[in-house]
Amino acid sequence: MKGVKLADVLKKYTMVIALVLVVILFYITTQGRILYPQNINNLISQNAYVFVLAAGMLLCILTGGNIDLACGSIVCFVGGVGAVIMERDINVWVAVIIMLVCGALIGAWQGFWIAYIKVPPFIATLAGMFAFRGLSNVILQGYTVGIRNVTFLNVFGGGADCYIPDFFGGAALNMTCMITGVVIAAVYAGVVIFNRINAGKNGYEVEPAGSAITKTAVICAVVVWLFYMLANYKGIPTSLIWIAIVLMAYSYITTKTTMGRYLYAVGGNEKATRLSGVDSRKVYFFAYLNMGLMAGLGGILTVARATQAQPTFGNGYEMDAIAACFIGGASAYGGEGGVFGVIIGAVLMGIINQGMSIMGIDANYQKAVKGLVLLVAIIFDVMSNKKKK
Amino acid sequence: MAKVLLEMKNITKTFPGVKALDNVNFQVEEGEIHALVGENGAGKSTLMNVLSGIYPYGTYEGSIIYNGEECQFQTIRDSEKKGIVIIHQELALVPQMSIGENMFLGNERGSKNAINWNETYKEADKYLKMVGLSESSHVLVKDIGTGKQQLVEIAKALAKNAKLLILDEPTSSLNETDSRALLDLMLEFKKQGMTMIIITHKLNEVVYVADKITVVRDGSTIETMDKHSETIDEDRIIKGMVGREITNRFPKRENVPIGDINMEVDDWTVYHPLYTERKVVNNVSLSVRAGEVVGIYGLMGAGRTELAMSIFGRSYGSEIQGTLKVHGKEMTLKSPREAINAKIAYVTEDRKGNGLVLSNPIRVNNSLANLAGVSNRGIIDKDKEYAVAMDYKEKLKTKTPTVEQNVGNLSGGNQQKVLLAKWMFTDPDILILDEPTRGIDVGAKYEIYCIINDLAASGKSVIMISSELPEIIGMSDRIYIMNEGRFVGEMKASEATQENIMACIIQSGKGE
Repeated sequence: MKGVKLADVLKKYTMVIALVLVVILFYITTQGRILYPQNINNLISQNAYVFVLAAGMLLCILTGGNIDLACGSIVCFVGGVGAVIMERDINVWVAVIIMLVCGALIGAWQGFWIAYIKVPPFIATLAGMFAFRGLSNVILQGYTVGIRNVTFLNVFGGGADCYIPDFFGGAALNMTCMITGVVIAAVYAGVVIFNRINAGKNGYEVEPAGSAITKTAVICAVVVWLFYMLANYKGIPTSLIWIAIVLMAYSYITTKTTMGRYLYAVGGNEKATRLSGVDSRKVYFFAYLNMGLMAGLGGILTVARATQAQPTFGNGYEMDAIAACFIGGASAYGGEGGVFGVIIGAVLMGIINQGMSIMGIDANYQKAVKGLVLLVAIIFDVMSNKKKK
Repeated sequence: MAKVLLEMKNITKTFPGVKALDNVNFQVEEGEIHALVGENGAGKSTLMNVLSGIYPYGTYEGSIIYNGEECQFQTIRDSEKKGIVIIHQELALVPQMSIGENMFLGNERGSKNAINWNETYKEADKYLKMVGLSESSHVLVKDIGTGKQQLVEIAKALAKNAKLLILDEPTSSLNETDSRALLDLMLEFKKQGMTMIIITHKLNEVVYVADKITVVRDGSTIETMDKHSETIDEDRIIKGMVGREITNRFPKRENVPIGDINMEVDDWTVYHPLYTERKVVNNVSLSVRAGEVVGIYGLMGAGRTELAMSIFGRSYGSEIQGTLKVHGKEMTLKSPREAINAKIAYVTEDRKGNGLVLSNPIRVNNSLANLAGVSNRGIIDKDKEYAVAMDYKEKLKTKTPTVEQNVGNLSGGNQQKVLLAKWMFTDPDILILDEPTRGIDVGAKYEIYCIINDLAASGKSVIMISSELPEIIGMSDRIYIMNEGRFVGEMKASEATQENIMACIIQSGKGE
């Protein structure tokens, strides 16, 4: 199995390579400003919702290219509910739980129609898109409702103080952040080595040493660099914690659990999966339930960051999430894709947005470019599928 | 000596990494039916794709001489203009369109800007009559059976002024009666001077219809047999295909003691899912013992698959009546999961559509029906899963570099092995195998038969559904014969012959 072909590597990591090229491009056109610590920090906090929604959307797409058009409206609705109840001085954690439950219930509502009544997902969620946008307006009565609960804002990445405090009191550099980064990289490398030794012991196939080392080294270097940048600004933004939790959880669900396996199987061949004794309805229901839950969390992050809820929030968020999944290599026919791809897709879109903003390019052009990037990504997916045949 | 209509000279076609065709020479004379036989992946379809321009000129080496002139086809259209028309194995008809619309799809009658529907339907009716169909060309394709759809395909080819007709596995989805009708139609066309190439796995059809037989093996043409200069039977063809004489097409059964009744079905009646008053399976009773291989023979459409699927957790049918006893205990199995838990496995006839997730690796497919066996509270143990897949790969001799290979990349025979492995891993007591050797080559068939025998030897009950008579007689201990939803006969394998099985079916038809 030696001699990994360059072409194969290029194909496997096309989007990673594209991401690197885009970063280099913007690095040049913005005279390096795109990689300023503050901008990196903003990239994360501004796009937190994309990561979270795309993780949920990934599950739906895996089941057969199904999407959820309603999640932007659900973000707004849940955010609105939260803002209104927090105005009444309710306990912040109770409010958070209500918001998450609210998202999950909406997800269950849509999932029920899609999974058990067989309403096409596109239509079921289109209905949700209209309905919850309208209901958001009803709840907020058309006004902006501010959020003043400091705990809520700090925990979910809004206001001035939404960073993990520096326990070590480093002067210029946030030591807590720096140490966290190094620890994460070390733990990751440790796990990789441990798994490799284990696999070797049991006589399983392992990745060629060269590529495994390179991959691990690159990932560790990126992590340490990222945390170094953040340490140079204000430290770890709390929204990054939520992103990390969600991505780790979904990475675990998709790769390690039986439910994750069923998502891929249903997307790959639903009939075969059903005849294998899997209740495919449960799988669809699970996917949309999760999407609702993530939309709930997305709502929390969105209103926290804005420190208020408005009836227009979340507009077009569903498209960002869908685009992140597809750019990240999820198949439009289902059954293929992963959390790593979602990360790459979301970062790529975020970089493009931010790079063009820094360059002062009009927001409308930005949309056009985003559209083109999405199209190119899908063309690539279709072409590579065609070649397989 | 008839005129040579087509000559393909020194054709070589390489795909990245594989030489699909290696210096192939192939000649077809005018007015003959020429059969192209060979194992799966031997290169028959590739050769025809080169001929019809699916692989355009320049992507292969060698030359094609048709009707005395050298051809350089860029697209299928080029070859069709010359009268070379290929009918693919999978029907290429749009179900929601009428026969007439389908027939002239891409070949519309009328002017550039307006289709002349009157002429379309008139012409369509003319060609339909030529293939012996009495349907009106206004009927929608989805409303006619597969056999008739195949005839529509042929009519469609005729409408293109075909001079050389290529039929790729034309009978693979037809029942015996429809197949025979189709072959007779081919003979009729031959009389009218049409030249035809037929690709098929069914050797009895080759013997019946072909004038010449060319054997393709590993990308080369091995030999061409001429029916007029030597007598050709199936064994002669098999010898050419596998390069050795297969003395015994079915492995010997060891004498295993047959045990208790594992499963019993009584008065089983299944209604059609859409036309809910139609009985697809009508009052069927069967039993199978441990260590026994029970064959169910029937033509396509006899209700065999429907019977099997309705037993397997009611995955077919609107209403099901009758009793099902597993190990002597009466059971109601409402879903595939419950059937699997009751130790029943159903190995589908349609491995690509209903059996495997082609985009997933062997390892994943292997454990799909029994993920609980490789996981702990919903968490998959990948190491264990890998070990299981490797174990079955060794046991069933699946040919693949690794179990991480996507199932879609395997040959039919190896896919079938993965499918069997998947169901063996659910540790069933009763296996229902639906056409377990459909569309796979002679060598792989033999291996599948060995696996079936091993399963029976280990005390499992096997129900094998097949529409191939030699297979059902060669493999079963006992045979049920099914026709039009009923069991019309039951006999021991030792008493069964092709003739008396067919007699059962014919008699049952008369009794109505």
